[in-house]
Amino acid sequence: MPVSGPSIRLQQVSRHYGTVRAVDDVSLDIAAGSLVALVGLSGSGKSTLLKMINRLIEPDSGAIFIGEEPVDSVDPHVLRRRIGYVFQNIGLFPHMTVARNIAIGLELAGEKEGRADRVSELLDLVDLPQDVASRLPDQLSGGQQQRVGVARALATRPGLMLMDEPFGALDPVTRDSLTGQYKTLHDKLGLTTIIVTHDMAEALYLADRILVMEGGQIKADASPAELLSGNVGEEAEALVAIPRAQAAHLIALDKAP
Amino acid sequence: MNEAWQRALFRVPELLAAHVQISVSALALAMIICLPLAIWAARSPKVATFALTVASLIQTIPGLALLALFYPLLLGVSALVGGGISAFGFLPALLALTLYALLPILRNAVTGLAGVDPAAREAADGLGMTSSQKLYYVEAPLAAPTIMAGIRTAAVWTIGASTLSTTVGQPSLGDLIFAGLQTQNWTLVLAGCLFSAALAISVDLLLGLIERGIRERRRILVGAGMATIAAGLLIATLPLMIARDNIVVIGAKGFSEQYILARLIGSRLEEAGYTVRFRDGLGSAVVYQALSEGDVDVYVEYSGTIWTNQMQRTDSQPKSAMLETIAQWTSDNHGVKMLGALGFENTYAFAVRPQDARTKSLKTLDDLARVSSDFNFGTDVEFLERPEWQMVQDAYPIRFKNARSFSPTFMYPALASGEVDVISAFSSDGRIAANGFVVLDDTKGAVPSYEAIMLLAPKRAGDDKFIRSLNPLIDAISVENMREANYTVDREDDKKTPGQAASWLNDKLRE
Repeated sequence: MPVSGPSIRLQQVSRHYGTVRAVDDVSLDIAAGSLVALVGLSGSGKSTLLKMINRLIEPDSGAIFIGEEPVDSVDPHVLRRRIGYVFQNIGLFPHMTVARNIAIGLELAGEKEGRADRVSELLDLVDLPQDVASRLPDQLSGGQQQRVGVARALATRPGLMLMDEPFGALDPVTRDSLTGQYKTLHDKLGLTTIIVTHDMAEALYLADRILVMEGGQIKADASPAELLSGNVGEEAEALVAIPRAQAAHLIALDKAP
Repeated sequence: MNEAWQRALFRVPELLAAHVQISVSALALAMIICLPLAIWAARSPKVATFALTVASLIQTIPGLALLALFYPLLLGVSALVGGGISAFGFLPALLALTLYALLPILRNAVTGLAGVDPAAREAADGLGMTSSQKLYYVEAPLAAPTIMAGIRTAAVWTIGASTLSTTVGQPSLGDLIFAGLQTQNWTLVLAGCLFSAALAISVDLLLGLIERGIRERRRILVGAGMATIAAGLLIATLPLMIARDNIVVIGAKGFSEQYILARLIGSRLEEAGYTVRFRDGLGSAVVYQALSEGDVDVYVEYSGTIWTNQMQRTDSQPKSAMLETIAQWTSDNHGVKMLGALGFENTYAFAVRPQDARTKSLKTLDDLARVSSDFNFGTDVEFLERPEWQMVQDAYPIRFKNARSFSPTFMYPALASGEVDVISAFSSDGRIAANGFVVLDDTKGAVPSYEAIMLLAPKRAGDDKFIRSLNPLIDAISVENMREANYTVDREDDKKTPGQAASWLNDKLRE
């Protein structure tokens, strides 16, 4: 499947909260079709950076481009309709059925034809049974709800997906299966995806490029393989150390008599 | 069912209709004001604080006072825009009740909108909803149960408070309560209370059903609740839709004599072929204004009230000269026709218990002044603020130990039981003689004359048939007969209705 997602460019982007520099003069190029993980501790600025791309947060200075187009060349709501957004708290609308939740983007766009077909197609895509369509969100498990969240974000066929700790609140098994399935989806649809996570293991497994943030700046920018081989800075090393130690422990346990 | 209940129930449909009409209008207007305000407030904490503070302040004003305040306010506005705004009846009641309904609706709407899950808001933003789409698709539906609960509270309050709108001339179930209280007709009071309570409870239940329907996302409940309310509204307001042309509105202030005289006037006009409607329990200040505006066609006033309240006079004149001056003044200033005096006086009379009169040798107001520092004063709700009280104080050195206000119904028992030692009674009240109370002489003539006079609205001033049918009442009622009629309505046992007393009085008219 050819790449349909756009490239992203950030030029000297900053955002301050009082005296705190949440994002500090970040410049960045993301290639079309890549799956980039933004990793860092709480307060490192990774969510702020992500939300400036769909203008849920406005930068104090700097410029952001999707493809060749500056994000502030259109109204925020117009921009956001072209971008899929998935976040930890999911935010399904509790008063709407699953089908209407998924189709809400189409409803906003005024697309009346073929909504039901598209919902059915999306349910298949995120591996949900068709009969959940008529249910209300609170009748679904957490994992199912986030699958609906992903389907809702994909409904209008965006090229760019922004995901803010999308699977952070799910149990490990669900989380693992969703992570794997999303990676497949990303490749299949040719998306550009930026995913924020504090879990380096998830990033290493999922992404083809990992950005490590601290204090509002990007401290490391490398592929998973490069990160694991070291020499990409102590911040990245500290984060990689955790899954590495866990893996070593598991291997040791396995080899024990 | 006994006769008293039948009579009370006879009046219910029309009053219930008016009650529903005023309550629903006030509630609807409050919603129209509050919902946009709440949306604004939900987006701006400053607006929220300001709006809620103002609404809370309004709520601290007693309902009756709020209604009373709108009367002069509307008069002022009407004068500013050159007339045409009625300060009587529907409008002041609507405005006051609307203000009263603001707080619960506003508070719940602000709370409801503020309580919408931030995740749902973030999702709405992330999906590219505009501000108004976010409101329509997400915030309004999620806040709806809370908003509905506020509307429910407001509805119950408004239906209760609507009973007070009687005092500004808007008919409501309060007519039964106020009339019953004045004439000690507890059946009437009970009927008014029961029907307004039943109305409030039914509306509360139906709105509760709608609220549950919204909360549980069950459209059938919402639909059923709304349909029932709509049907109820239609049935309740049906009596108002039956058109009636050329209805004569007869005004009456809030005491038995006024009710009786209104019925007496009414019966004569009905005989002459007019359709009449009674507007009972009006405040002194309201009723004259209503007459001059034509909202009331005819009522019985007292010369001293016009003299002091309307004409702002503080001097005293002989009875006949005073009546002439009044007739001229009302005609010149408002086009109001004074048909004539009815033949009796109802003035303020200071009354004491007979044993006090004996042992303390009280005969005149000068005697009262001598013992006043030991006396507790009981009075009706308006006397202490009236110019007559000032005139009495100017003429006699009276300084009472303390003063308490009562509704006339309770003033006489208070004197009899010793709770107070002297009252500002009404000289035509049958309960003075019935209790053996002694009326003290106003030897200096401080209190002006209070001849009962019949006043006609400008539009009736040239209505010959109207005047012909009422003329026989002029100079035809003696104070003894008026007292007797009043007493039959006011007494505890074997009470008569104002209508029965009026028909008795009609037989006793002087030729």
